[in-house]
Amino acid sequence: MTATGIGAPVRRKEDQRFVTGQGRYVDDFNRPGQAHAYFLRSPHAHAAIRSIDTGPATIMPGVIAVFTGDDLAADKIGGLICGWMIHSKDGSPMKAGPHPALAQGKVRYVGDHVAVVIAETLAQAKDAAEAIVVDYDVLPAVVDTAQATKASVQVHEVSPDNTVFNWHLGNKDETEAAFARAKHVTKIDLVNNRLVPNPIEPRAAVGEYDFGTDNYTLYTTSQNPHVARLVLSAFIGVAPEHKLRVIAPDVGGGFGSKIFIYAEETVCVWAAKKVKRPVKWTSDRSEAFLSDAHGRDHVTHAEMATDENGKIIGLRVHTTANLGAYLSTFSSSVPTYLYAPLLSGQYDIPAIYCEVDGVYTNTAPVDAYRGAGRPEATFVVERLVEKTARELGQNPAEFRRKNYITQFPHATPVIMTYDTGDYAASLDKALEIADYKNFQQRKQESARRGKLRGIGFSSYIEACGIAPSQAVGSLGAGVGLWESAEVRVNPTGSVEVLTGSHSHGQGHETTFAQLVSDRLGISIDQVSIVHGDTDKVQFGMGTYGSRSGAVGMSAIAKAIDKVIAKGKKVAAHVLEASEGDIEFKDGRFGVAGTDRSMAFGEIALQAYIAHKFSGQDLEPGLKEGAFYDPTNFTFPAGVHICEVEIDPDTGVTKIERWTAVDDFGVIINPMIVEGQVHGGIAQGVGQALLEGAFYDESGQLITASFNDYCMPRAIDLPSFQVGMTVTPCPSNPLGIKGCGEAGAIAAPPAVINAITDALGHEDIAMPATPQAVWRAAQKARMPMAAE
Amino acid sequence: MYAFEYHRPTSVKEAASLAGQAEDMKFLAGGHTLLPTMKLRLAGPSNLIDLGQIAELRGIERSGDTITIGAMMKHAEVASSAEVKQAIPALAEMAELIGDPHVRNRGTIGGSIANNDPSADYPAACLALNATIITNQRKIAADDFFQGIFTTALEEGEIITQVSFKIPSQAAYAKFRNPASRYALVGVFVAKHADGARVAVTGAGSNGVFRVPEMEQALSGNFAPEALDGIAVSQDEMNSDIHADAAYRAHLVGVMARRAVQAASARG
Ligand SMILES: Cc1cc2nc3c(=O)[nH]c(=O)nc-3n(C[C@H](O)[C@H](O)[C@H](O)COP(=O)(O)OP(=O)(O)OC[C@H]3O[C@@H](n4cnc5c(N)ncnc54)[C@H](O)[C@@H]3O)c2cc1C
Repeated sequence: MTATGIGAPVRRKEDQRFVTGQGRYVDDFNRPGQAHAYFLRSPHAHAAIRSIDTGPATIMPGVIAVFTGDDLAADKIGGLICGWMIHSKDGSPMKAGPHPALAQGKVRYVGDHVAVVIAETLAQAKDAAEAIVVDYDVLPAVVDTAQATKASVQVHEVSPDNTVFNWHLGNKDETEAAFARAKHVTKIDLVNNRLVPNPIEPRAAVGEYDFGTDNYTLYTTSQNPHVARLVLSAFIGVAPEHKLRVIAPDVGGGFGSKIFIYAEETVCVWAAKKVKRPVKWTSDRSEAFLSDAHGRDHVTHAEMATDENGKIIGLRVHTTANLGAYLSTFSSSVPTYLYAPLLSGQYDIPAIYCEVDGVYTNTAPVDAYRGAGRPEATFVVERLVEKTARELGQNPAEFRRKNYITQFPHATPVIMTYDTGDYAASLDKALEIADYKNFQQRKQESARRGKLRGIGFSSYIEACGIAPSQAVGSLGAGVGLWESAEVRVNPTGSVEVLTGSHSHGQGHETTFAQLVSDRLGISIDQVSIVHGDTDKVQFGMGTYGSRSGAVGMSAIAKAIDKVIAKGKKVAAHVLEASEGDIEFKDGRFGVAGTDRSMAFGEIALQAYIAHKFSGQDLEPGLKEGAFYDPTNFTFPAGVHICEVEIDPDTGVTKIERWTAVDDFGVIINPMIVEGQVHGGIAQGVGQALLEGAFYDESGQLITASFNDYCMPRAIDLPSFQVGMTVTPCPSNPLGIKGCGEAGAIAAPPAVINAITDALGHEDIAMPATPQAVWRAAQKARMPMAAE
Repeated sequence: MYAFEYHRPTSVKEAASLAGQAEDMKFLAGGHTLLPTMKLRLAGPSNLIDLGQIAELRGIERSGDTITIGAMMKHAEVASSAEVKQAIPALAEMAELIGDPHVRNRGTIGGSIANNDPSADYPAACLALNATIITNQRKIAADDFFQGIFTTALEEGEIITQVSFKIPSQAAYAKFRNPASRYALVGVFVAKHADGARVAVTGAGSNGVFRVPEMEQALSGNFAPEALDGIAVSQDEMNSDIHADAAYRAHLVGVMARRAVQAASARG
C-alpha cells in the first residue's frame, strides 16, 4: 500500500478549490451572447388552461421570445419520461399520464411550467412573465396521499381514480398462513413524511447551439450526464445523441434530486436553437422548493407476526406512495423495487407480502431522495420490530439479535440474496460504544431533573451498488446499471481516469485516485479523475444508490488490471524477458528472480516511444477501458443507537448520544466515509425531528421556504460516535459495499424509537417537532385522558 | 427585484427631506427584512433611502437610569457592547439570540422596531424595559408604539433615531425559537423596575407583542417563578401556524415566563 492508497484517510484533493471559491458550477458558466430564461409557473395546484396570451410579454423590453407548450408540440418535442416500467398485480402496465415540459391544456401542481420567457436579462424575463395573461379554470385539487384514490378529482385522464399502479411483492399465501398460526401480531400505522431535497446548489442549465457544426451543448446540474443525454435525445428528442454534449461540472449536492431529467434543461437546449443564443436558467430557492422532485411521502399499515418463541414468522405491509402530479424519471422504482425488497431487514423472516399503491396527486413529483425506498422500508421494519419487542416484553436489542440472519448467502422472500454480513458483531460493538448497560442510570438521572430519556435502535440494511443489469432489466428498468472506466497512462507516467460516475460531494477525485495509487504504486498527485462530460467520458450511468465505489471503482480496477497486463508486455520487450516472467509489484515491473526492474513511469514512457517493440505484436500506447456490471447488489448494514432527552414542558427533544456502527465492507478512505455517515445521519435526523413538506387542501405548499421548512443545523446534532465492522463484499473485486445513504436510512427509526421509548407510548409521527412531542408527552403524563 | 432609485443621505435631516420629496419610498437599514421581500417582488419601492451613512444614527450611551442606542446599531454591536452588558445584560443576551451571525451583523435595532415583526425579539425588550422610541419628530413610549403586527405609531417618512431603555434591577429574556426560522415562536422578556415588574411577550400573540398584566402584578409582589403558578394566558389571542397552535403557544408563554424570571433571579 502507498501512503495515499486504499484505507488511508487522505484529505480531499477537491477541497482546495471548493473552500477557496474556485469551484465551477453551472451558474458560473456564462456563454458569449447568453440570454436568460425565466419560467412562468402555475400558481394553482390544478387548473385547466383556457388560454395563454403571451402577446403583452413579447413586446416588453429585452424580450427575445416567449414559448408555451404549443411551441414545443409544434417542434415535436416529446414529454418527460419515467424510465422504469412497473406492472400492477393484474399484469397491466402502470398508468403514465402525459408530462409535457411546458403545460399543454392543464396544470397539475403549484410550480408546474406554464411558459418560458427568454430575455436579455433575468429581471427583464421576470418582468415579462408578469405580463403573460393566463386564463385558468381552477379545479379542485387532490393532495392527501391516503385519500388520493377516493377523491373526486382526477389528475390524469389515463387514471380515473388516480392510481398509477397496484403492485405487490412476496409470497401472499405463505404470509397469510404465518399470520394464521402466529402467537402474537403487532400492528403499526406509519407516515413517512414528504421531504424537499434542498442541495446547497439549486438546479441550473445552460443550453447552447452551434449553427456551424450543428452541435448542442448542455451544462447542467446532473448526477448522471450520460443518462440525461440519452433521455434528451432518444426520448424527448431535443437533439441527436451524437450531436449533444452534456457537461455536469462541479455540482453542489444532489441527494437524488439531480438524477432526473427535468423540464427546464430540456427547454434550455431546445430554446437555444430557436433563439440562436445560449440560454441560461438558474433555479432560485423558491423554485427549488416547488419544482425539485420531492422525496418519501408514504402512508403505511404494517403487521408483524411472531411465534411462541418470539421468532418473527411473517410480515405484511400495505403502502400508499404519493408520486405527485407526474411520473418523474425513476419515480416508479422507488416505492416498489427499491422499497419492498428491503422489508426483510436484517431478519430471517420466512414470509413477507407487500402491496404498494402508487398514486397521483396535485403535488410536486416525488422521486429518489437519499436512500430512495430503503429509508422507507427501514422505517417500517425497525419501528415494527421495536414495537413488537416492547409488546412481547423483550429487550429490543436481544429481540433483534434473536431474529438476525446468521447464515450467508441468505435468500429473502422478497428477491434479494444477501451475500455476507455479521449483524451481531455490529450490535455488540454499538451496545458497547453507546454504554447501553448504564442507560437506566442515565434515565433515572434525567428523571430527577424532570426530563424523559429514551433509547432507540435501528438495525438497518440497504441494497447498494445498484445494480446487476440483467436483474434490474427483469424488474422493469429501462437501462442497465453497469459502470465504465478508462485509464489513460501518459508518457510521463501520470494517469487520467475517465469515469462514468459523477461526483457532487462524494470526493471521487480523492477516493478514485487512491485506488489508482494503491494499484499502480504512484502518488495520488499523479492521478486526475475526469468525469461529468459526455465528450470526454464515452458513457456512464452516474452516481446514486451508493454505486460509485462498488460499481464505478470496480470498473476502474478492471481497467487498471488491463493496464498492468499491457505494462507487462511492454516490460517484457524492454527488459528482454518473457512476459510470463514479468511481475508487477510496488509500482515496478521486474523480471522474476533477477534485480532487473523498471518503474511504472519508465514503462509508460517506453509504451509511447515504442522503440523496443519489434513487429506488430504489441501496439504502442498505454490506455485501457472497461465496463463493469455487478453480479449482485451490495448489502451495507449496521446498528445505530440514538439516545434522547425530552423536556416535557416544551417538547424539545435533544439528541444526547448517537452511536453508528456500520459495515460498509472495505473502506477506501475512512475520513470520507465518516463524513458520509455524519451527513446521512443529519439528513435522517432532519426527517425525524424537523423536516416536512406540507401542502394545504388547495395544493399550496405551506413549507415553501426555509422560514417554514426546517433543515437540520449543527446545533441540532450531537457529536457522533462512529464505529466500523468489516465483512468484505464478495461480489465485487474491491470488497466495497457503499456508504452514501446509510445514515439517512438508519437514522429516522432510531430517533422515533428513542422518543417513543422516552414517552412510553407509540403515538408520535415524523417530524417529531417540539409541538408534537409536547402534545405526546401530555398524553404520556395523563394516560386516562388519552383514552 | 424591481428597479428603484437609490439614495444615500449623510444626515437625518437630509434623509427626512429626501423622504418628503421621493414618491413611494422606503428607508433601508440592515435590509434583512426589506431586501428579501423586494427580491421576492412582494415589495417594490420606487425609492430606497439608505440610512447606513448617517453617523447620528449610531452609538450607545448610558446616562442615569437609561441606556440609549442609535437606530443603526447592529444586533452584534448591541450584543457585544460592554455598556449594554453592564447595564442590562438581558438586552445584550437577547440581541445575541437574534438569527445567525450574518443577520446580527446586518440587522439593526431601528429596522427591527420599525418593522414590528410579530416574531421579532426587540419589541418584547422595548415593552419590558419601558423604552422610549425617539424619532426625528418626537418621543414615543413603547407602550404606544407597537400597534399590531407590522404596524407602529410611525408616520410616513418618520425616522427612528434612537431607542432609550430604562435600566431595570433584574431582567431576563427567555426565547423559544421557531425551529425553522429561529425567530421567536414565543419570547418572554421580564424586568423588575423600581415601580413594578414588566412582562412582555413576542411571537405568540395574534396581534403582535403584548404585556401580561396578571403576571406583572404577581411578580411585582414577589419576583420569583412560583409567583406565576396558576397564571395562564388565554389561547384566544394566540397565533396559530404549522409550528405551533394557539394552545401550545399559550402553554409556552407560561413556561418561558417562569424560565425568564428564574434566569433574572439567578443573575441577582
Ligand atoms: C434569516 C433571518 C433571521 C432572522 N432572525 C431574527 C430573529 O431571530 N429575531 C429577530 O428579532 N429578528 C430576526 N431577523 C430580522 C433582522 O434581525 C432585522 O431585525 C430585521 O430584518 C429588520 O432590521 P433591518 O435593519 O434589517 O431593517 P430593514 O430590512 O432595512 O428595514 C425593515 C423596515 O424598517 C424600516 N426602517 C428601517 N430602519 C428604520 C428607521 N431607522 N426608521 C424608520 N424606519 C426604518 C424600513 O423602511 C423597512 O420597512 C431575522 C432576519 C433574517 C433574514
